Amino acid sequence: MNEILLRHREINNLDQLPIYRQHKGFETFKRAITAMKPEEVTEIVKASGLRGRGGAGFPTGTKWSFIDKNNWPHYVVVNADESEPGTFKDREIMESNPFQFLEGVMLCAYAVSANVAYIYLRGEFWQLAAELDKHIEYLEREGLLGDKLFGSEYTLRIHTHLGAGAYICGEETALLESLEGKLGQPRLRPPFPPNFGLYGKPTVVNNVETLASVPLIVERGAEWYRGFGTEKSPGTKVFSLSGNVEKPGNYELPLGATFRELIFTHGGGIPGGRKIKAIMPAGASSSLIVADDKALDTPMDYESVPSVGAQLGSASIIVIDDSVSMDWLINKTVHFFQHESCGKCTPCREGTYWMRHLTERIHLGAANWNDVILLNEVATNIKGKCLCALGDFATEAVTSSIARFKGDFENKLQAASVDMPAKVGS
Amino acid sequence: MNALLQRYGEEIERVLAKYPADQKRSAVMPLLYIAQREHGYVTREQLDQIAEILGISSTDVASIVGFYTLYHDEPGGKYRIQVCNDLCCALRGSEKFLEDLCRRLQVKPGETTTDGLVTVESVMCLAACDKAPMFQVQSHNEISYHEQQSVDSAIQLIESWRQVNGK
Repeated sequence: MNEILLRHREINNLDQLPIYRQHKGFETFKRAITAMKPEEVTEIVKASGLRGRGGAGFPTGTKWSFIDKNNWPHYVVVNADESEPGTFKDREIMESNPFQFLEGVMLCAYAVSANVAYIYLRGEFWQLAAELDKHIEYLEREGLLGDKLFGSEYTLRIHTHLGAGAYICGEETALLESLEGKLGQPRLRPPFPPNFGLYGKPTVVNNVETLASVPLIVERGAEWYRGFGTEKSPGTKVFSLSGNVEKPGNYELPLGATFRELIFTHGGGIPGGRKIKAIMPAGASSSLIVADDKALDTPMDYESVPSVGAQLGSASIIVIDDSVSMDWLINKTVHFFQHESCGKCTPCREGTYWMRHLTERIHLGAANWNDVILLNEVATNIKGKCLCALGDFATEAVTSSIARFKGDFENKLQAASVDMPAKVGS
Repeated sequence: MNALLQRYGEEIERVLAKYPADQKRSAVMPLLYIAQREHGYVTREQLDQIAEILGISSTDVASIVGFYTLYHDEPGGKYRIQVCNDLCCALRGSEKFLEDLCRRLQVKPGETTTDGLVTVESVMCLAACDKAPMFQVQSHNEISYHEQQSVDSAIQLIESWRQVNGK
């Protein structure tokens, strides 16, 4: 199904404004401004149960309602810094369904009474930002963006802002710092952005996919949206499928579809006659799930994925087949996080560095069990001790693979001939 | 007179207009991209020029160059081929792709070809995990994506640059 976010796969040329308008594009925005109060828009989004698609799953309408109404101006900042290994959904939405995304930004801005919205894109999305700039200019020419829209007092401008290669800027407070022209390092919270955001002003920060969901929710109503997905995780989600799978790509499915449906029905299964070994449901930040029948039949929603020991996150499903050894895999993920640690918090800055030394040594076969034990201890000591989640993310694959794929390490370290103590990874 | 302002005055004004008048510092990243167009990296003089435009110190500007990977403070090839070699791409052959490409160009990751045209780099996830092997090309004035690549297709692209640049 490509009902909401990937509608461009069903409707040709939806990335062209006249075609988008033929499909009721911007009618909802016009109706909101001319016939609805800002709070009414927020109420619909709240009732729809839409949850943030960037990874945290926080209820979107609730976030909007938190904005401080005693401090002005307000800002909307779009998190288009898509950088989690395994995630490539926002890029397709912005490239192929850009006006629906922009209308979502505009509805959000109206709902929180912001007159300026910034779209913060990762620097690598250079071409995409240039395209969005053209779309924004077009909307200004058409009178859909600018001063006194539709004869009202409401004014709205949207600007793009390019990052320059830093995963940490996907963390919302680091993103705000970066947008202010500083190093992309996370802030101490509270206060949260709805109270103290961009330039210290009340700010809503939302992910691209979240905002792209909004226009049809406001157009068709909360009940319609709740017709997809589950009670607690309503709606559809774009699942980015990658790794050892026949047909990698983006798939829009209702929340609650199973891993099996995604990987085998849509993704065509595992190539080369290999067997599925593990799943990372939230990109490189994910714990590794043992891909047994129970896991494969688990619904992919915010509540169910934790039952198999992981999180849904941004729903970037990385499939790992039985040719992959976990010592190689965690060396890759730890390298990533070591490179991307912003250096602000000592446990993450130093911890990822030491983990890298250990994973490298283990992968090269130059380690013994004490190194695996030490790796597990370093990881455990990073957890919960940093300002943002990057440090925690760096440890998920490490501790879960040691606990759940002990055999991989045993094979690797056989030569060291030291028995692995039972307590490791338990 | 500030050389950057002289050359890109209008464009810099447009960039500054995106941000509140008392928050000029927000323009540091776009200004660094403008500066980098000249030589493919940011020079000491340009750090001072950007600092002057924004009313911050040159050290502040330099810290931004150091923090973000798409800014460079020393010369590289005219084209930087940045191969994604992160987990998802590696599961689909990027390690071998990078190795083979480097062998064909007779460089190691991070090095520049002897004609000064191409620097090959191994980089982190570029959000194209379903289209590996892939790389982006960072030249002085743009970044472009090249997906579902083979070593042959990459070499073909490099040959087209060599012709354009008379190498």
